[in-house]
Amino acid sequence: MSARDDQSAASDRDAPLLRMKDLRIEGRADEQWIEIVHGFDLELHRGEVLGLIGESGAGKSTIGLAALGYARDGCRLAGGEIWFDGVDLASASEETRRRLRGNRIAYVAQSAAAAFNPAHRLIDQYVEAPVYHGLMSENDAAEAAKDLYGQLHLPEPQTIGFRYPHQVSGGQLQRAMVAMAMAGRPDLIVFDEPTTALDVTTQIEVMAAIQDIVEQFGTAAIYVTHDLAVVAQMADRIMVMRDGYVVEQGPTRGMLAEPQEEYTRALLAVRQLRKEAEATAAGDTPIMRVDHVTAAYGKVPVLSDITFDVPRKRTVAVVGESGSGKSTAARVITGLLPPIEGSILYDGEALPANYRHRSRDQLRRIQMINQSPDTALNPKHHVRDVVGRPLSFYLGLQGAQREERIRELLSQIELEPDQYIDRLATELSGGQKQRICIARALAADPELIICDEVTSALDQLVGEGILRLLIRLQEELGLSYMFITHDLATVRAIADEVVVMKNGEIVESGPKDEIFTPPHHEYTELLLSSVPEMDPDWLRRLLDERGEQLRDRGI
Amino acid sequence: MAQIAKMLAQRLALGLLTLFAVSLIIFMAIELLPGDFTQAVLGQSATPETVAAFRKELGLDQPAYLRYFHWIGDILQGDLGRSFANQRPITELLGPRIYNTLFLAAYAAAIAVPVALAFGILAALYRNSIFDRAINVTAPDRDLLAGVPGGLHPDPDLRRPARLGAVDRRRVNAETGLFERLYILLLPAVTLTLVTMAHMMRMTRAAIINLMASPYIEMARLKGLGRYRIIVKHALPNALAPIINVVAINLAYLIVGVVVVEVVFTYPGLGQLLVDSVSKRDMPVVQISCLVFAVTYIVLNLLADIMSILSNPRLRHPR
Amino acid sequence: MNSRLHNLRKVLRTAPPTAWFGMTVIAVILLAGLFAPVVTPYGETEVVGAPGLPIGGDFLMGTDQIGRDVLTRVIFGARNTVGIAFLTTALAFTIGTVFGLLAAVLGGWIDQLLARIVDILMAIPPLIFALLILTITGTSVVNMVLVIAMLESTRVFRLTRAVGMNVGVLDFVEVAKLRGEGLWWIIRHEILPNIATPLAAEFGLRFCFVFLFISSLSFLGLGIQPPTADWGSMVRESATLISFGVPTPLVPAAAIALLTVSVNFVVDWFLHQASGLKE
Repeated sequence: MSARDDQSAASDRDAPLLRMKDLRIEGRADEQWIEIVHGFDLELHRGEVLGLIGESGAGKSTIGLAALGYARDGCRLAGGEIWFDGVDLASASEETRRRLRGNRIAYVAQSAAAAFNPAHRLIDQYVEAPVYHGLMSENDAAEAAKDLYGQLHLPEPQTIGFRYPHQVSGGQLQRAMVAMAMAGRPDLIVFDEPTTALDVTTQIEVMAAIQDIVEQFGTAAIYVTHDLAVVAQMADRIMVMRDGYVVEQGPTRGMLAEPQEEYTRALLAVRQLRKEAEATAAGDTPIMRVDHVTAAYGKVPVLSDITFDVPRKRTVAVVGESGSGKSTAARVITGLLPPIEGSILYDGEALPANYRHRSRDQLRRIQMINQSPDTALNPKHHVRDVVGRPLSFYLGLQGAQREERIRELLSQIELEPDQYIDRLATELSGGQKQRICIARALAADPELIICDEVTSALDQLVGEGILRLLIRLQEELGLSYMFITHDLATVRAIADEVVVMKNGEIVESGPKDEIFTPPHHEYTELLLSSVPEMDPDWLRRLLDERGEQLRDRGI
Repeated sequence: MAQIAKMLAQRLALGLLTLFAVSLIIFMAIELLPGDFTQAVLGQSATPETVAAFRKELGLDQPAYLRYFHWIGDILQGDLGRSFANQRPITELLGPRIYNTLFLAAYAAAIAVPVALAFGILAALYRNSIFDRAINVTAPDRDLLAGVPGGLHPDPDLRRPARLGAVDRRRVNAETGLFERLYILLLPAVTLTLVTMAHMMRMTRAAIINLMASPYIEMARLKGLGRYRIIVKHALPNALAPIINVVAINLAYLIVGVVVVEVVFTYPGLGQLLVDSVSKRDMPVVQISCLVFAVTYIVLNLLADIMSILSNPRLRHPR
Repeated sequence: MNSRLHNLRKVLRTAPPTAWFGMTVIAVILLAGLFAPVVTPYGETEVVGAPGLPIGGDFLMGTDQIGRDVLTRVIFGARNTVGIAFLTTALAFTIGTVFGLLAAVLGGWIDQLLARIVDILMAIPPLIFALLILTITGTSVVNMVLVIAMLESTRVFRLTRAVGMNVGVLDFVEVAKLRGEGLWWIIRHEILPNIATPLAAEFGLRFCFVFLFISSLSFLGLGIQPPTADWGSMVRESATLISFGVPTPLVPAAAIALLTVSVNFVVDWFLHQASGLKE
């Protein structure tokens, strides 16, 4: 400990803790090295929290890892300097870097479930780094762990450490990893999308825990995320990244209030998309009714007595967290999972429970768009085959007629036909793939489209483009949508009616404006209030409102 | 512990079922022999009376399922029947040969398993080093090495002690001392080792590389742990299941490889007995030998599965 | 089509020396086997000189234990052994992939039944199983081909089922099912193109196993029977010569090793290419 104090004292108090200069990182692609971070500069002072934000491919995680002097397999630090408290991590020996990691610089990964070793107990993994780096004895470290577990509001802090990773829930595991990162009382922590994989209600707990602990120990942090609203709560300063370049940087409040760059403005505006909800004409037969459906996977019950309608030419958003049964509802409707009880009424008539027994025309009318466009398109098929198959299969189109219709559909989804018709699915970006999936659904000339989390695998801006497209198509073609999502911003953007689900039951349902206006059902309230807002004070206010004792607890 | 007990019970039950099915298949072999095989066994000069007596001795006048239960019951009680060829009790034929085969297999395994695991792990850790490349080039697959000994060795029917590597039957018997035995068997054991080692090495390497790419290993590195600690504390506990699997598959392969190698080196083991008996169509001996090999193979695979189940922390510490 | 040719040429240019070596050896062996009667100096079973003549001299690779030309026999052996092995592999593949795909796509009890049957067949070491069956049926080439094809098809089944299931659970297969496509269309258009690579690689490896299996059986005297030229039995028959210092048995043995190594090299490169692994 004393050596460390000397070292800290020796270094200039005003000098930045971390300074990156002209950092260049290369990634290996097609047998050659390609630069993915182009001359990145950064200064981070003690106790400061920097938000690194950007969409996929921006290079933000790569930079986060570079702060530990680490490059993943297939990447390398190609140039520039990374000064951490007087040491250049870019040129230092592996031994020097190793001594700093887990000691003075720590890392929190996106998926705690994968980053914890399944073979060891939580507390053993906590204790490992401080003992290995000679910071404290095993007993002291274990006691410190229990303290920290308590501070992070983990249940049973005295004993939870003696569980194995798979015995603890996702949100708790993520907090346990924050504790593990704090074990060596580091000067700098890199948080790499620590809440991305979590449900909104769980995300709050983890965000609160991180905010609390970083403040309390005065730790400097780099917070990497794609979500501006999340980073607004955590960071003093924000850097917006795109394709390995810094687009804009500045203090959080200033940037949120007055973004300078077009790209930043677009990111800020991404959750603002709103569609005016249209009322359902009374007495009209809904295009589809889910009628008292109960379903189960084997013996595990997933849906119990679900009833809701999808009115003609309207969008019903089914919203809920993981395990709420919302995707199972889609499987029941499409006939992939025949229900135990209840039925699906289409246009007032019951559909056969199993898709195998449905007629070709019944299948044609309900189309589905999946969550992950990567797996929804056959990588060996060309766009022409993908979009053309439903045309010939359902509508019997052949030759020139078919070709013409394919081009028409591609124009409709805003992809230039000449450019895309001969491409393989693998030669498209995520957003383009999702558009092709939409074109494939449209090719069947459907009446109802089930959209299962269609934007959650995409970057926010791309996802927004997809939502706009879907809204436009609805207006033009008079489609009905059933929209499954966990994201309330998406619900706001697209829904006419909302169905809120939890644990396989419907909590609340009704027109969008009604659901979004108080008074809410308790769970709807929890969901709504948990969605991060761009306001940097949102989290604090919310926690105060919820009467959490987080702040009150003296340390 | 309920879940793990249930899985173990299921696996055991499956193993027993497989043993039963395999014994049934082996038993049925004699049923499927062409109708006149008694004639073939006894020769053209056999009188109808002798044929009838022989059929009675074999119990062919009883229904098949009864004969199966007699057959398996006798085996379980240690009565393995008699050879068609020379009417000697099979127990007598088999005893020393099983010992010889097991000795050779264990000898080869004792060399192959540690060496292959060590080399495989080293190749994985020092990936793309010269060492790794050398291992990959010299070990494209076990096929190569299986091909070489299969081709290199001389006629088993010539009993000339001067021949390359052949094991003189007179020199290997119950009185042969351990060290002499080890010395005599060095070449066959090395051959078997080569056959299994390449594959084992490769699979170990692949398993470790796969493991080293997992996020928790990256986490361990980002905690600043040394290479040695990462491997011993973080990789190995999780590598057990895949490595056990690799070893089991190759031990099973070793059992089969033994047959060829025994013939190559004219080593008086079970494999050679089996091959000789197949040429003579001495069905009872073939059946029993097959049964011994199959049971060993099944039990090895069963053990491997049980050990992988036991080494899985998710199963060992249920929620 | 032109771009495909172009791609092929591009891929070939990046082939490592090992792959080139493998491809060359395989091509030479195939050509020699195909045109065996044309390229060989003597007849398959013709006795042309004194037994055990050394390599070089009148006969390029010497003569065997009864004075047949070894080079001629090795080339005919290529035709017989490789031909039979190829046939057997093809048979095993037809059986294995058809059932494997059915199990993968249909699932349910059909899958369970097939998988359990294969489990039991695979619970017996293949060589042992082959010996057992050959005892019943007697040793002949046809029996051997059938037995080996059956045993190896279980391995093909396992692989096909596994990779087929991996693809079968992907969303695009579900989309096709929900469109109302038939079983055969789904297998043909959605699944097969995506598992062609591992299957092709497996064919290469399976061929090696079959080939060695046949050679082993022939070596044990239970496979291809004399006087038909075959690499495995040639080793066995001419083995006595080695104790007189004549290396002729090494020729077919080397041929066996050479072919297996070559196929392995090509398969390795192929898999490496297809998986897009760049190390």
